[in-house]
Amino acid sequence: MTSLNGRGHAVCIGADIDTDLVIAGRYLRTKDRKVWADHVFEDLDPGLAPRLKGAVLVAGKNMGCGSSREQAAVALREAGVLVVIAPTFARIFFRNCINIGLPVMECELRGCRDGMTITYDCTDGWVELEGRRFSSRPLSPRMEDILASGGLDEYWKGRLSR
Amino acid sequence: MVTLSEKILGAPAGTYIDRKVDRAFSHDGTGIQAKIVYDRMGSPRLANPSSVYIIYDHLSPANNSQTAELQAELRQFSRHEHVHFFDIGSGICHQVMSEGHVLPGEIVIGADSHSCTLGAFGAFATGVGASDMAGIWVSGETWLRVPDTTGFILSGDLQKGVEWKDLALSYIARLGMDGATYQALEFTGESTGTIPMEGRLTLCNMAVEAGAKTGLFYADKVTARYLGRYNLSADEQSPDDPGYVREEFLDLDDLEPVCAVPHRVDTIQSAGCLAGTPIDQVFIGTCTNGRYEDLARAAAILKGKQVRVRTIVVPASMQDYLKATKTGILADLIQAGCVVGPPGCGPCLGAHMGVLGEGEVALSTANRNFKNRMGIGASYYLCSPTTAAASAIRGEITDPREVV
Ligand code: SF4
Repeated sequence: MTSLNGRGHAVCIGADIDTDLVIAGRYLRTKDRKVWADHVFEDLDPGLAPRLKGAVLVAGKNMGCGSSREQAAVALREAGVLVVIAPTFARIFFRNCINIGLPVMECELRGCRDGMTITYDCTDGWVELEGRRFSSRPLSPRMEDILASGGLDEYWKGRLSR
Repeated sequence: MVTLSEKILGAPAGTYIDRKVDRAFSHDGTGIQAKIVYDRMGSPRLANPSSVYIIYDHLSPANNSQTAELQAELRQFSRHEHVHFFDIGSGICHQVMSEGHVLPGEIVIGADSHSCTLGAFGAFATGVGASDMAGIWVSGETWLRVPDTTGFILSGDLQKGVEWKDLALSYIARLGMDGATYQALEFTGESTGTIPMEGRLTLCNMAVEAGAKTGLFYADKVTARYLGRYNLSADEQSPDDPGYVREEFLDLDDLEPVCAVPHRVDTIQSAGCLAGTPIDQVFIGTCTNGRYEDLARAAAILKGKQVRVRTIVVPASMQDYLKATKTGILADLIQAGCVVGPPGCGPCLGAHMGVLGEGEVALSTANRNFKNRMGIGASYYLCSPTTAAASAIRGEITDPREVV
């Protein structure tokens, strides 16, 4: 199960962050998810990883562009990110996040700075920052189902065993 | 008023649909991750093994024992499940799929971002991650949102020394890295009939660099002739007054040789402006430009000369490799001092076979030049095989029109 609403501190990153920067190609060949969490954002800013536990990751436009590596989404979730918020996402990264049970919200959070407290609700489609409320683009019912199951593995497991 | 994507997917833009997948391919990297998810689903079997392809290209042959073990596991799975399996040396997944495994009108899903390459056949081809692929393995289908389409209307002819890659880099620069996010690109106009399959594959390959879901050409005589080589017949498609959300006109006569500069694929400069920039390595290969025709253009320039910087050539597939051997162009490249690697991705993803060192500068025929991708602290430029070969001779970025 993935929680579709919550509260956390903002960690802000820039626009056009590609998945090579989230997790570098040299760490992909393993089954050990911890490796990805340990090296997340290493080539962007090694100081980021320790701040991700319980964080709301706030990115600029085109978040997650580039390679289809699902390890990027897994790395963020394993590192403790609660939700990723960006005005736009690269579509494969967007799908990957949903498929591994990491909530994503399409929303432009103007005036957001590192450390600010953010409250969010994926199902109702809103984000609150310092008393200001922003609305996000709604997810399709299918995406909500997959997210709520905790990811596509649990989603299909549930359906196949029925 | 229907775009090719709407026609193939059978629904208007913006609709969420579930569709049967005609071809579902993965490589050694995403394939093993898909298998891990598949195992977690507790799934008894594949819904449609004959639609599943697994192609080893990313770390091929394996670079260390950890990779080798993961590859062994996926190899065993592939044989056991009777899917189409292509072991090391077969080539890059997109190129292998383009060699007679994709037909116009099909829905093709690859666990790799450059799966959009196969839209060159008039198929709806797009990339997904590992879990999505595992979902397709167990169900035979996937969900998609039918995309809006940006149309590129092409006219004129390429001038000497200018290539399809220059057109690709130029259209990406026009759209920007996220200029077509969630959209499809369609290439139409009077010039499309003159674009060979290799050029179409290069153009569609780069669609994802503008964020696009896929790039598409309408299947025509060129497509039919190409597929005929594999004893396949193809129905031709024609534009039906498609409704584009955006139209861009490009006159091929206006294009010149360009490079994408570090570290943005959407920022280009003419090779002439960059001329004289010193380089440490040249790489000719990848799913963008490692096809036989690419190697042949490079060989035409390098034949009888010597490269001044280390130059790595990696054929995109075994078929390209064999043909280059038979026609003798591979010998020309080797004699010119090039190092030839086995078919696959080579150093493209910065994991083996030509990783760059800190501060080094390279010229590559690949499709993305993200920071650190080909080596930490290195920088690299993207260009056509012709520009790459001309620059290899001088050891610095060179406008190929000075050489050809
Ligand atoms: S050649 Fe490069 S871009 Fe193409 S599939 Fe391989 S790693 Fe990806």
